[in-house]
Amino acid sequence: MEAQEYIESGILELYVYGLLTETENLEIAELAKKNPEVDQEIIAIEKAIVALSSSFSPFHSVANFEKIKARLELKHGKVVEMKPASNWSQYVGWAAAVLLLLGLGYQTLELTKTKEAIATVGTEKNKIQRDYAFLDQQNKETEKNLTIVRDIKNTGVTLGGQAVSPTSFAKVYWNKDTKTTYIDAAGLPKPPKGMVYQVWALKLSPVLTPTSIGLLDNFEGNNQKIFAVSQTDSAEAFGITLEPAGGSLTPTMTQLYTLGKV
Amino acid sequence: MSQDELLVLIYKKDERAFTHLYDMYSKSLFSVINVLIKNREEAEDVLQEVFVKIWKNIDSYNEGKGRFYTWILNIARNTSIDKLRSKNFNNSQKNLSSDNFVNLLDDSNKLVNRIDTIGIQEFVKKLKPKCIEIIDLLFFKGYTQQEASEELALPLGTIKTQNRNCINDLRNYLKV
Repeated sequence: MEAQEYIESGILELYVYGLLTETENLEIAELAKKNPEVDQEIIAIEKAIVALSSSFSPFHSVANFEKIKARLELKHGKVVEMKPASNWSQYVGWAAAVLLLLGLGYQTLELTKTKEAIATVGTEKNKIQRDYAFLDQQNKETEKNLTIVRDIKNTGVTLGGQAVSPTSFAKVYWNKDTKTTYIDAAGLPKPPKGMVYQVWALKLSPVLTPTSIGLLDNFEGNNQKIFAVSQTDSAEAFGITLEPAGGSLTPTMTQLYTLGKV
Repeated sequence: MSQDELLVLIYKKDERAFTHLYDMYSKSLFSVINVLIKNREEAEDVLQEVFVKIWKNIDSYNEGKGRFYTWILNIARNTSIDKLRSKNFNNSQKNLSSDNFVNLLDDSNKLVNRIDTIGIQEFVKKLKPKCIEIIDLLFFKGYTQQEASEELALPLGTIKTQNRNCINDLRNYLKV
């Protein structure tokens, strides 16, 4: 029989109804597997008869459905047994996913923390390097200044406070051979704004002759308050006056802060 | 959901599969059971019995021997008939041979039928009386061609082709 003959004969309807013999069933199941047209026809017949019979179904309660499920779980241990098994693997999957997410989140957090830590360490390193450079420079200055103070060839001259500022003092380190002169101005108050200290080498005889040997510029910026000034050929005394910024040609004697004889 | 998709779920013994199975076929089977068993409470018990059997014996279903729906339809018919025999309902059933599936609508449950099934109910009621008789005997009551031919006093060959024509009318209406 051709496929179309099967379809037209009405045997496929009886196949769906379950009215054929075992042999006929096998024959048609086999045919349906090979022939999509027959298979589609069978499915359509089934849809039609399921729709028809469903539409005539009397009402049956939801409770009935729950009763069946309860019965299956009670009497059908296999179902109960298998469910946790399949759920278990499902849960493990989800748990693994959650753990992975948590892990990734934790790693990201840790990475951020580490990056921040590295940045902080970097900043600290820079600061330490700057501090070190600063201290190194300070140390060199101190060493230099100490050398100045220690140098046996240097003549130390103490300049005492004068009328305008009795508590002030200063020291002059003067190497008579090399003419190099340094001023230790640690005992002088901070000059007012727009004013500057000016250092004078003085000859006392035959007449008092002041010669400017330099300004204590950048007074605040000089931490150790040791200032190098111009070479001094000859001096019998040193004095420091407060002068307008840029210095004066002659000392303002009313603003003489310190004075000392060699 | 197709039969193949449903079976994949059922073989996994997935609880959702049971819900799908029930949604897809419980009404169809319940109407068959009710045609055979006139008592609504008994019919509900049989429906429970049927679904328990389907679920427990699912491994014995053989795709090479027929449709899954046909397999569960036979379970529903056989379980109903067993119930009738055990309760000695045979006689009362024969007396009701003039009854058919359309009479299910005459019950008090008319109102609870879903709106979307009213159309098909009305359509079926307008089918030729012979169609209703043939579908009732072959599909609902599981009569063989021979038995139906004797019952309806129709030639044996006519039963099969008449049934096909009736189902074709239904398919045209349903567009399947």
